[in-house]
Amino acid sequence: MDLLRSIGITEIVFQLMLVNAILGLSIYLTLYTGMFSLANAGFMAIGAYVGVVLTQNYDLPLWAALIGGMLAAGVVAVPIGLPVLRLRDIYLAIATIGFGEVVRILILNFDTLASSISGESVQLTRGALGITGIPKITETWQLLLFLVVTVYILVRLHRSRFGRAMAAVRQDEQAAATMGINVVYVKNAVFIFSAILAASAGVLKAHLTRTISPGDYGFDQVVNILAFAVLGGTSTWLGPIVGGFVLTALPEILREFKQYRGIVNGVILLMVIVYLPGGLVNINGWKRLWRRIRGQPSVTGKIQDAETG
Amino acid sequence: MLELKKVSRLFGGLQALHQVDMHVLEGRIVGLIGPNGAGKTTLINNISGLDHPTSGTIHFEGREIHNLPPHRITGLGIARTYQNIRLFGEMTVLENLLISQHGRGQATVFDSLVFTPRFRAEERRLKDAALQLLERFQLAGMAHLLAGNLPYGDQRRLEMARALATGPKLLLLDEPTAGMNPIETEQLGEQILRLRDEQLTVLVIEHDMSLIHQVCDEIYVLNFGQIIAHGTPDVIKHNPQVIEAYLGREEDAELAGG
Amino acid sequence: MNITQQIVNAIWLGGVYSLFALGYALVFSVLGVLNLAHSAVFMWGAFIGLVAVTQLNVSVWAAIPLAMVVSGIISIVLDVVAFAPLRRRNAPRISQLISSIGAAILLVNIAQLIFGTQPQRFPLGSIPSDPLEGLPVRITPIQIIILLVAVTLMAVLQYLVVRTRAGQAMRAVAFNQRVASLLGINSGNVFRMTFFLAGALAGAAGVLFGLAYNTITPFMGDSVALKGLTVIVLGGLGNIQGAVVGGFVVAALEVFSIAAGGSNYREAFVFTLLFLILLFRPQGLVGQAAQTRA
Repeated sequence: MDLLRSIGITEIVFQLMLVNAILGLSIYLTLYTGMFSLANAGFMAIGAYVGVVLTQNYDLPLWAALIGGMLAAGVVAVPIGLPVLRLRDIYLAIATIGFGEVVRILILNFDTLASSISGESVQLTRGALGITGIPKITETWQLLLFLVVTVYILVRLHRSRFGRAMAAVRQDEQAAATMGINVVYVKNAVFIFSAILAASAGVLKAHLTRTISPGDYGFDQVVNILAFAVLGGTSTWLGPIVGGFVLTALPEILREFKQYRGIVNGVILLMVIVYLPGGLVNINGWKRLWRRIRGQPSVTGKIQDAETG
Repeated sequence: MLELKKVSRLFGGLQALHQVDMHVLEGRIVGLIGPNGAGKTTLINNISGLDHPTSGTIHFEGREIHNLPPHRITGLGIARTYQNIRLFGEMTVLENLLISQHGRGQATVFDSLVFTPRFRAEERRLKDAALQLLERFQLAGMAHLLAGNLPYGDQRRLEMARALATGPKLLLLDEPTAGMNPIETEQLGEQILRLRDEQLTVLVIEHDMSLIHQVCDEIYVLNFGQIIAHGTPDVIKHNPQVIEAYLGREEDAELAGG
Repeated sequence: MNITQQIVNAIWLGGVYSLFALGYALVFSVLGVLNLAHSAVFMWGAFIGLVAVTQLNVSVWAAIPLAMVVSGIISIVLDVVAFAPLRRRNAPRISQLISSIGAAILLVNIAQLIFGTQPQRFPLGSIPSDPLEGLPVRITPIQIIILLVAVTLMAVLQYLVVRTRAGQAMRAVAFNQRVASLLGINSGNVFRMTFFLAGALAGAAGVLFGLAYNTITPFMGDSVALKGLTVIVLGGLGNIQGAVVGGFVVAALEVFSIAAGGSNYREAFVFTLLFLILLFRPQGLVGQAAQTRA
């Protein structure tokens, strides 16, 4: 632990690494099922705000806030997922970006909106300044436990009938449908699960960082979440965890180069997507990169023919 | 068993199918032939629910199916293969066969989480069924290879095994011998005949006339989206309209397609 | 509130949005990818214009073309670094979108390092700012200039794409890359030209935007990035004329929602619109269903 601290990984950094691993897993679920959804920051916001209101205004314990936040996100995910998941790749990405922005703006204006509707002065989300003074009640063991349970669920999910259906939907939606898989159901269920996971991270993180404001959940946040998953790799559950860890720890380790932090992040993201397509955990990608560096002819990957039917 | 009545499908201004009537009787092997672009694959897509008719009705065992989503149709007992092989290439051969048994399982994610007896029994059952199919299609020993890495002929057979794994009563085969050599084609013909012995009904789209004559009890001929002839292989062979529309070009097609 | 005044405001703001979104749409129509670093090029354009005016002491009129050329070059570099390697590998479009995000992060952070995070402005008098007299509505010269420059550039682009051989090549590649290469079109050149044009348009939009709002920061691209997305979705992804229409629609929506007293919600209106368009008319407001590239 001292060794970690000496390179900049203090307890709060470690806690944020765990939170970001959970966030990475939340977007991994949808990516694994072939859905390029960028709604995670929005669901994270819903979780954070509902959770904080539950602990601050209703004096509920953290676990109750966690359940409340997850439930709220799950409930919102149903009417969003049903229409939106009919869209594909870039269209789905844009629509879910739109959803995230609407959530952020609604939270931003919640108090004025609620005040004008109810006629009384409502102070719940507190606008752009956000909520401050949230007690730091999330503990490391809770985060670890939560992550371990999540990973166990994911492992068992992949081994189940439903998990196989997820992979099938990603590879060929139509073929999956004619093999008896209810594609609409699979996509929506995964979308809801992903929303719930993002919301849990929102609740846990809010009770670590002690302040939340709408600006924390904008497009930048969803880009970060995406980066965790893509950097680590989206072929197994290990990837997003590695990605979340690396991208959270690296800036702390490199804190002497603080002003270059953003540049390093950008370069890493670019390099990985260009040179390590399967992410950090893809061993074959490293091997291919190694061959290229040593100047040996690379084995070109199988090129899929996009034109079918 | 399968009955199409006046099925039409319009794509924009293009009439892909026009008033198609078809009746597939239980236990028979029915061929569907026609020149390229005649609408054969569109017809299969409409039966399997990937596409829906603009007008007309499709009934399967007395049930209206033309508005159902594909997984429901598969659940009722219609399975299909694809002309341009659409296996789940990133998964193993065994996983491909497990996926296509999706509708035959009941275990939930919860069952998997806590290893209920139901989960374990079901996984064993699905796996046994998959291994049997592999045996039957000469794919045993390949269970753990990635489907995308199999040689072409093996992929073709896996495509058919995968469709059978859904537990169908009616099997739709879309050019199952495309790209196969004559020996492989004949072996596949024998596989198809074996399906009939197991009470399966088969609708097969095919270019290879030798296979059609080898296996089919009756043939429908589609041209420009319309059925232009229907009968036994011998009758069709001598139908002048068919010869003009289809057989005349078949030689070209064979030359071009190999 | 004066309706005519709102219409005037919507028109010049729409000019900037359209100009910005044109580059987005151009890249999407030719390459089928969404370039999320486009807004970073836009921001760089504003800074280059600013540097030209403050350090090189040139007039705004010279700064605009200079910013366009440099932005165009930045945009080509963007293609070489973030898109070309993935294209060669036939990577999915999603990967290209992610790499463009990486490039955007990089460009914004480099700008932050060089220019700092404090808002900067064009020196007073770079452009006359007193409202024109004798008109029933308030119009400043900058608004007229913005509109004129924007409309001119749109017309030039339209001419390039429709009338010139290079434009023909672009349209051929957009229609079908394989067929285009059979016709002897060098698609690599077409891609570079597309990125150059898109970057140049973004650069011009950046300078104009910087002049109009008179605050230039490394983050000025953020809000425009997402708004630009709405614009091209409204116009139908990859539809160049649609992007122009979309720019004016989004601007009008914003201006009128502010006028109606909903300034806090103006973005909510814009993104709700985005959401609804995607669900009910993914081909855009002006497009036909067949143009949807999915």
